Amino acid sequence: MIRVQGLRKSFGGQPVLRSVDLDVATGEIMIIIGRSGGGKSVLLKHFLGLLRPDAGAVLVDGMDITRLRGAALESVLRRYGVVFQGGALFDSMSVSDNVAFPLREKTKMGAAEIARRVDEKLAQVGLVDMGHKNPAEISGGMRKRVAIARALVTEPEIVFFDEPTTGLDPILVNTIHRLIQELHRKFRFTAVMVSHEIPEIFEIADRVAMLHEGQIIETGDAHAIQTSSNPIVQRFIRGEVEAAHHAA
Amino acid sequence: MTDGSPAPRALPLPARWIGALGHLTLFLVESLGRFGRFLGQAIALAFVPPLKLGRLAGRIHFIGFKSLTIVILTGAFTGMALGLQVFLTLQRVGSEAFVGPAVGIALVRELGPVLTAVFVTGLAGSALTAELGIMRITEQIDALMVMALNPMRYLVVPAILAGLITFPMLTAVFDVAGIYGGYLVAVILLGMSPGTYFGQMQAFADMSDVMVGFWKSLAFGALVPWVCTYKGFHCGHGAEGVSRATTEAVVLSCVLILVFNYFLGTVLP
Repeated sequence: MIRVQGLRKSFGGQPVLRSVDLDVATGEIMIIIGRSGGGKSVLLKHFLGLLRPDAGAVLVDGMDITRLRGAALESVLRRYGVVFQGGALFDSMSVSDNVAFPLREKTKMGAAEIARRVDEKLAQVGLVDMGHKNPAEISGGMRKRVAIARALVTEPEIVFFDEPTTGLDPILVNTIHRLIQELHRKFRFTAVMVSHEIPEIFEIADRVAMLHEGQIIETGDAHAIQTSSNPIVQRFIRGEVEAAHHAA
Repeated sequence: MTDGSPAPRALPLPARWIGALGHLTLFLVESLGRFGRFLGQAIALAFVPPLKLGRLAGRIHFIGFKSLTIVILTGAFTGMALGLQVFLTLQRVGSEAFVGPAVGIALVRELGPVLTAVFVTGLAGSALTAELGIMRITEQIDALMVMALNPMRYLVVPAILAGLITFPMLTAVFDVAGIYGGYLVAVILLGMSPGTYFGQMQAFADMSDVMVGFWKSLAFGALVPWVCTYKGFHCGHGAEGVSRATTEAVVLSCVLILVFNYFLGTVLP
């Protein structure tokens, strides 16, 4: 269970998160939606312990990751898998080495076992026989799939996805979403995803939270969000241009 | 003001200057503090196992081996230019026999460590900053952090250790290439006796000159990777951020090399 309590963060006096409260239940897929520049990635970085909040907490099974250091932080991070927006694959390594990297560095697994696990994960994301390639030699969709394989190779309990389908065509968006859904069914991890993909995300989300101007303004299942009476939510999911912008 | 209170009076010009000076001082002290803490963390991690030997070997290859050709080339031509100018100058006073020691001491004490460090900064230091900068903006450093791996241990410690190992070696190569460059001009082209060139060098240059060059190259070996990894690690956003960080790293490294060279020259015997 992850609980975000009263999270606040400003940059240079400009508030980005203004008291965010959010609960993510164990095993669910929680998708955070909201406009670009609305603080979604900043919120995700707090989940990952990459940013320290001005106030508030991110509790992972009761431990506030924003205050942890050293071995205590490491014990929480060991339970994480992260798919970054651009994949964040290491350019100097092949696809296989990228996927194997967390196992080589953080486990005592033998080379044969690591190779077997890497092949298995690459097969699960549909990249058989691509292990020898360099990340620069494969397409954007493939890079996302490699990033997913790397995030899942340690069999984490909690997986974070930062806009995993940005920049992909609609077919690839659905392919990646189905892949995430399939892997979630198989491994039952808790997933927290930041995404813009409306309405595709409603097919895979257990719950959706809308972040607007630094606050969660609506949380609920896909149906509840789609039928929300909140005009901001409705405008966002319909992609309507705001009146003020329209007039301008 | 809507509440009717008087608007705050603007500070007089001298007070604003003092305020700006204060802000600048605080900024500089903070920057130096961050800079120093970065090195402190790297030194502390260098003594905590496991040392990433594979990455260290990679960095030695990157900084050392890849710079070898340019170091030999520049060393040889520096020695040749030095040999020519010193020969022509000393010839005026009939003391051309001292070309050997003049070239040798100048190279070993000053030019070898300084020029090697400057060339390696341009070649490997800039690439180091750009590489780390790209890793920063493409979230590869964040990826290491969320894998509970310390990016300093992976990216900074091997670079600094590789600098400490390779800079003295490259400096020695530069010195040798320079001395033979000077030999080529003074002996082969200008007809000086080979015995005089090396004999006088042995008579006037001693181990303390070599050690001055060694300590300087060791200091630059820590300094250049420190500055270049720091700038890459803390680069701004996008391609512009990486470009600015790379320029700053090269300029700051070169300035610090010359500053440290002077102070080390005054301290070392």
